[in-house]
Parts: sequence; structure tokens; C-alpha cells
Amino acid sequence: MSNTPLKIVVVGHVDHGKSTLVGRLLHETGALPEGKVEYLKEVCDKRGMPFEWAFVMDALQAERDQGITIDTSQLRFHTGNRPVLIIDAPGHKEFLKNMITGAASAEAAVLIVDAHEGVQEQTRRHGYLLHLLGLSQIAVVVNKMDLVGWSEARFQEVDAEIRAYLAGIGVTPTHVVPVSARGGDFIKDRSQAAAWYQGPTVLEALDGFAAAATAHDLDLRFPVQDVYKFDTRRIVSGRIESGRLKVGDKLVFSPSGKSARVASIEGWAGSDVTVLSAGAGQSVGFTLDEPIFVERGQIAHLAESAPALAHEVKARVFWLGRDPLALGDRLKLKLSTAEYLVEVAAIERVIDVEDLGSHQGAQVGRNAVAEVVLRSRSAMAFDTFGANARLGRFVLVHGYDIVGGGIVASANDTRNIFQVNHQVTAESRARANAHKGGVLWLTGLSGAGKSTIAMELERRLFQKGWQVNVLDGDNVRHGLCSDLGFTHEDRTENIRRVGEVAHLFAKAGMLVITAFISPYRADRDRVRAIDAEAFHEIHVATGLDACEARDPKGLYRKARQGEIADFTGVSAPYEAPDVPELALNTEGKSVDETVAELLVYVENRFGRAAVDSLSA
Amino acid sequence: MNDLDQLEAQSIYIFREAFNRLDKIAMLWSIGKDSNVMLWLARKAFFGHVPFPVLHVDTSYKIPEMIEFRDRVAKEWNLPLIVGQNKAALESGMHPSQGRVNCCSALKTEGLKALLAEHGFTGVIAGIRRDEEGTRAKERVFSPRNDTNEWDVRDQPPEFWDQFKTDFAPGTHLRIHPLLAWTELDVWRYIAREGIPVVDLYFAKHGKRYRSLGCAPCTGSIASTASTVEEIVEELETTKTSERAGRAQDKESEDAFERLRAAGYM
Repeated sequence: MSNTPLKIVVVGHVDHGKSTLVGRLLHETGALPEGKVEYLKEVCDKRGMPFEWAFVMDALQAERDQGITIDTSQLRFHTGNRPVLIIDAPGHKEFLKNMITGAASAEAAVLIVDAHEGVQEQTRRHGYLLHLLGLSQIAVVVNKMDLVGWSEARFQEVDAEIRAYLAGIGVTPTHVVPVSARGGDFIKDRSQAAAWYQGPTVLEALDGFAAAATAHDLDLRFPVQDVYKFDTRRIVSGRIESGRLKVGDKLVFSPSGKSARVASIEGWAGSDVTVLSAGAGQSVGFTLDEPIFVERGQIAHLAESAPALAHEVKARVFWLGRDPLALGDRLKLKLSTAEYLVEVAAIERVIDVEDLGSHQGAQVGRNAVAEVVLRSRSAMAFDTFGANARLGRFVLVHGYDIVGGGIVASANDTRNIFQVNHQVTAESRARANAHKGGVLWLTGLSGAGKSTIAMELERRLFQKGWQVNVLDGDNVRHGLCSDLGFTHEDRTENIRRVGEVAHLFAKAGMLVITAFISPYRADRDRVRAIDAEAFHEIHVATGLDACEARDPKGLYRKARQGEIADFTGVSAPYEAPDVPELALNTEGKSVDETVAELLVYVENRFGRAAVDSLSA
Repeated sequence: MNDLDQLEAQSIYIFREAFNRLDKIAMLWSIGKDSNVMLWLARKAFFGHVPFPVLHVDTSYKIPEMIEFRDRVAKEWNLPLIVGQNKAALESGMHPSQGRVNCCSALKTEGLKALLAEHGFTGVIAGIRRDEEGTRAKERVFSPRNDTNEWDVRDQPPEFWDQFKTDFAPGTHLRIHPLLAWTELDVWRYIAREGIPVVDLYFAKHGKRYRSLGCAPCTGSIASTASTVEEIVEELETTKTSERAGRAQDKESEDAFERLRAAGYM
């Protein structure tokens, strides 16, 4: 007989009797300490209320005061066949985070439904979340049967209602048991109250649950927790999440791709037993035969059975944050011992747990479930939840708080899965950034709107998480080109330097936006020649009359009065591009409209689709 | 892996998370059986080392055998021991006769608070277990305390899939509970299996033994003939009395222990 208790969570809508059922189970199995029932009777008497079984679990003063469970609790009993650790989870919507805290560690669940009220909002939400958390063994208990006069017809209605809902999420309950938790009917013993019911009691239903399968048979996954050097040994430590690890195994560490053999599995000073292998669930430490760089968050595995590697995952998440989850939000994703900074790249659908329908949404409200795409700057190593649950689930952190959790449905795009290259190529930069690098060269007359457009575009792209930078007269004339004036030669040199710098940034993966009049076609062509593929000439084609009418800095007026020499458009030429990649006509349009037009161009040429086409 | 192997592996995982994620941690050592098991687990987690200070908050009312045991084991295992004491409260005559809860608050809770503040610890490892008492059953493994050491039991962080709360605001700290999932019986079975030393007070003499150790004035012994670890295991397999039955400070009011804990008691 195993000493390992089966972990069972009791969930359901508020006030349907979860804590009462648990209190009753503990009492019927003789698990309550001596004097506990008498003590609670005293407490109830003092409060002038009838005896409340729920007080066994509801240990907090506030819980007794309000008659609801606030936080999850755990207690133990023995069914006669096996020890059980029972987790009582709150049913009130406000405490969903506590329900998840309780339910996530369970191997099986009891979903309780009030016979009179039938299936309610939290019944469905809890049922849905159990499934999402990976629990497939669910027994349904229809409680308060005494309040409906033990009506078989009513029981059949509730039975049909809950079975229909669970079938919708792919779950078949192991049993549906009619009970009165308060009266103790069908908890441990059968009851005369319902001769029509032939199924098991609650305890019998619990005995029918299977213990969680161990992950020995899955591929080896060893997420590195820490690397110790307390003495002469350099010990890579962590817990084997699945599979087996043996001395002599050649391990690969993802995502770095480095590999080495296990030289020894380490014991501690108090033990002289030599260990040659270890399996799933064990917290171990080992040394390697080569001093490769290993750090927390990497996953050790065998070469022939690697985890997935991608920048983007499609995930099903439950959101617990106070503020809704919105497109573009940046969060910390913790998967096993790894942490990644991710961005919400798409909210594909928000799931309505009431009717299992889905709808489009720009954000995910508190306690809602949604399918989202999360993208990370660095490659993430993981398994899908279906392949290996322990490496396919994660939590999301915002600020100091865990604000949600989720399971990996798939790598979002198989084209994003690639072997990590040890060289940083333009392509790997583009994949990490989710956009290509390049030079967006804005040219046009003074006052055409180049800087305004450049700054606004930079702001909008930055908000989307782009690596973007504006080069304009203000930030190069003071430093890089402080030795230059405004003669033709100096203008040419100025543009040459800006062009070189812009292309260097572009090579580093950035999108560079430049805002220079750059009046001479030959100068611009020379910049294009540095890397023609990265260079996009954007003509901000505001006409001279409009520019002169705007004259934001009063320069045209000064030029007309002869106070400024060699002023483009007045006393120096402007050579408009013959075939620019894009010409923006700003006249009669707002800055927003112009930037929106440019943004479409940038998204198409540098954005996600352009990155995906790199290896297509 | 049997159940004790699983508990051991999980506790080691928790120790290593705390050591990796937090800057400055320490472990509370009450000298009771649970914290001895914790020390043992820490030495396993860190391959024979205890890489953080071990704190003992001395109320001065501890049973003398406990202090003797502390000093002997600390020397034997080469433990980085720090002993703290609320001297001001003791000098002003603090004693259980002034109210047991008051005394606990002053000597243990305030004594600990002062020790944490002095050393700037951001994580404190404590050996509480869920099966000890109702409010402890609702604890988290990584449990935040605010800047005045208080526990906001009404709004605890979610904790699942072994992803713990390891981010917290400056000035606040975390309590880490590696033994939360263990029972009293698990602790004794593990002590038996591993041969972990415990204070003799746990073993019956003249038909009485201590089941839980605290300060001499507030800790009672129970009727028992269990004089070895094995006999204690046997006794616990059949008992229906709760472990803290001998701890007088819990019984001053319905929520005495909850209030003690919310204020920063272990």
C-alpha cells in the first residue's frame, strides 16, 4: 500500500458546499483530531449558529465571519484503501487565484454542484480550468439533494447539464454522485434516502481515481536550477522533470546548444554511496567532463530528443491580473527555471467559459481565458503541454506579481523553430527582434515634416517593441559632424557619415530613420550603394510653397531676406528622388495620417511577414 | 521514489530556488525536530554545505537542554549560527505571566523582526507545516511579508506549478517554507530513516514526553511511553490529538494563532 497520498481538489460554485463536503469526509473517515468537533461546536454556539462543517477547513477568522472560503486549504484522511490529501478551493470568483493555487497540484478533482441551483458560472469556470490545468479525472458530486427531496428527476437534470458542459471541453466525469454533505448521505455510507441511486459513494469514487503517472517514460528534461562551486566540484543542479539521467550521458543544453558528458552524479559529504543514474522527480546534481558554460534556465536533454526552440508560442492562458491583458503588453514568462521577457503579439480569441464560445478581443479581462501568441526576444526552449506538461506550462509575471499562467499549445510558427546558430546573423537578429533592420531615409525640403514624421514613427514602432532609432541634424551636427558647415562639400560629407552610421545600426538589427534634407541625388545614391537592400528612400514630398507657408523655424523668411546663404529651395537646389521607394504627400493631411501610411509600408517591408519570408 | 523521497526532493528544490532567487537569506532554527530536518535537507541540497546563516531567536525561556543541543550541533555541523534576543523586552520583565500572546509577540516576533532588520535578510526559511494548524494550512511556500513583517492572509499570491513568488518590493521580504507539505508523521519517519539528531526531550521519561518544543513556561508534555524514534512513529500513526495541543498561547482566543501569525510569528 502506497504512503503517497492521492491529491484531490474540491471545486465548484460559491456556496454549493465544498468545505462542508470536505469537513464531512474528514469526520466520516475519523481524520479530525480529538476535540476538534467539540471545539467547533463551541465556536458555533458562541456565534449563535447551527453547527458548520465548513469551519474545519475555513480556519481564518474572516472565512468564518463571511461563511465563505477565501484561501485554499489542505487536510488529510484515509479512505481505508489509500491516504488522500484533500485540497479545498474557494468558489468565489474573487478568489480564483487561490482556487488555481489549490487545483494545480491535484491529481484528480471533485466538482460539486448544488442540486437546487444546478450548474452555475463558477461550476463552468472551474470545470474549464481543471481541464486547462491538465486534470482529466473529475468526479461530480450533486450536493444538497435533501433540499430537492432526493428527487431522481432533478438529479437526472443536473447530471445531464453537467455532463453536457464537460463533454464540450472533452471531459467525461468518472461518476456523478447525489449526496447531502450536511446529512452525510452517500459520503462514506449508502443512504436509504435514494434507493434509486446504484452508483458509488463519494469515498468509493475517490478510491477509483488513478495516481498521477510518473514522467519516467518521457524524454529526459533537466532544467538547470543552479550551478554550485562550494568546494572543488562544479555541480550543475536541478530536478529531473522527466526521463532518466545516467553517468556517461552526452547532454545538450538548450537553447545554447553546448554539450558535454555527465562525469558523475554527486552525493553530499554525509553519503558515500555512488549513484550512477537518477530519474524523474529527483533533485540531483552532477558534474560534466568539459567546462562548458551552463546557467540556470537551460534545459539539458539528449541530442536525439530535443525540446522545441522558438521565439513565439501559441498559448492558452488564464489571466489573474487586476488590469486586463492587452496586445503589446510586456511580461516576464517563467517556464520551469527559465525566464523570458515576452510581449503579447496577438490575442487570437477570448474564450467564454459560459457557453465555450469565443470572441475576438483586444484584451483579456481578469479571470478570463484566452488564446494568445507570446513572443520573446531570445529563443525559448520548451515542449508543448501535450508532449510534456512540465515543460509546456508557464506563469506570467508583471511587476512583482504572478498575474497569470498558461500552457503551450504549439510553437506559433514552425518557421520560427530553428537550431541556434553560434554566429549572430542578420537573420537571427531579425528573428529575435521580429523585424528586419534597415535604413528609412527621409528626404525633403526644410519644413516638409521629416523630423516630426520620424519622431512619431519612432515612438509608434518603439511601443510595438521595435529596435528603432532616429538620426537627424540635431543629434549628428553637435557631435559626429560638428566640424562640418553647410557648403556643398560639407553637406556631402555630412550625408556620407550619416549614411555609414545608419547602415551600421541597420546591420545591428535596428530600423534607422533618418531625417535630413539631403538635397543632392548623388549623395543619397552613395548611401544607397552601401547596402542597397537595406536602404529605403522616402520622399517627404511637401511642396516648396507649403513648406514656406509653414516655415516653423522662420528659416525661409531669413533666407529670403538673405540672412542665410545656400538655403535649399531658396538659394540652393533640391534634387527630388526620381524613383523613391515611397513618396509621402503630406499636404492637407495630419501627421497621424501620414505616419499611418508610412507605418503600413514599414510593417510590410520590415515587419513580421518580411522576417518570416527570410527562410521561406 | 516513495513518499519520503518525493518530499525530500521537493524540499531540496525549494531550498535551491530560495538560494538562487533571493539575495540574502537565512534559516530559522528553533532547535525543534522540524528545523533539524530542515538543516539536514539544506546540507543535502547544497552537497554538505549550509550556505546561509542559521538564526535562533532566543527568548531566554527555552528549555535548557535545547540550548545545549543547539551549541553542540552547530559546532559539529559547522553551522553559521546567529543568535538574537529582544533584550529590551526581557529587561523590562517580559514573561508569559503578562499574557502569553503578548510574550510571544515581544520575544519571538519582535526579536525576529529586529534580527531581520539588523542583517537585511530578504528571505527567511522557516520550518512550518500545513498539518500543524488551520492557518498554516493556507500558507504559501514562498510567502510575502510586508515592510512591518505582516502576513496579508486575505490576499496571498497565486502559487502553482512550482513557480514561486520571487519578485517583491524593496523593504518587504519572503518567508520560505520547505516543509509545508510534510506532516508530523513524515518528519518522524524521515528522522528515523536518516538518523537525524533531535533533542532528548521528545523521548518519554516517566510516562511523559514533549511533542512540540517551545518555551518552558508555555509548553506542556503529553502522556506517552514512546522512548525511541520508532516508538514515536508508532504512537503518531494512531493518535488523534493535535500536535500543538500542548502549546498554551494558541488558546487565548478563537483566532489567537491567526493574529500571532499575521503579525509576523512563524
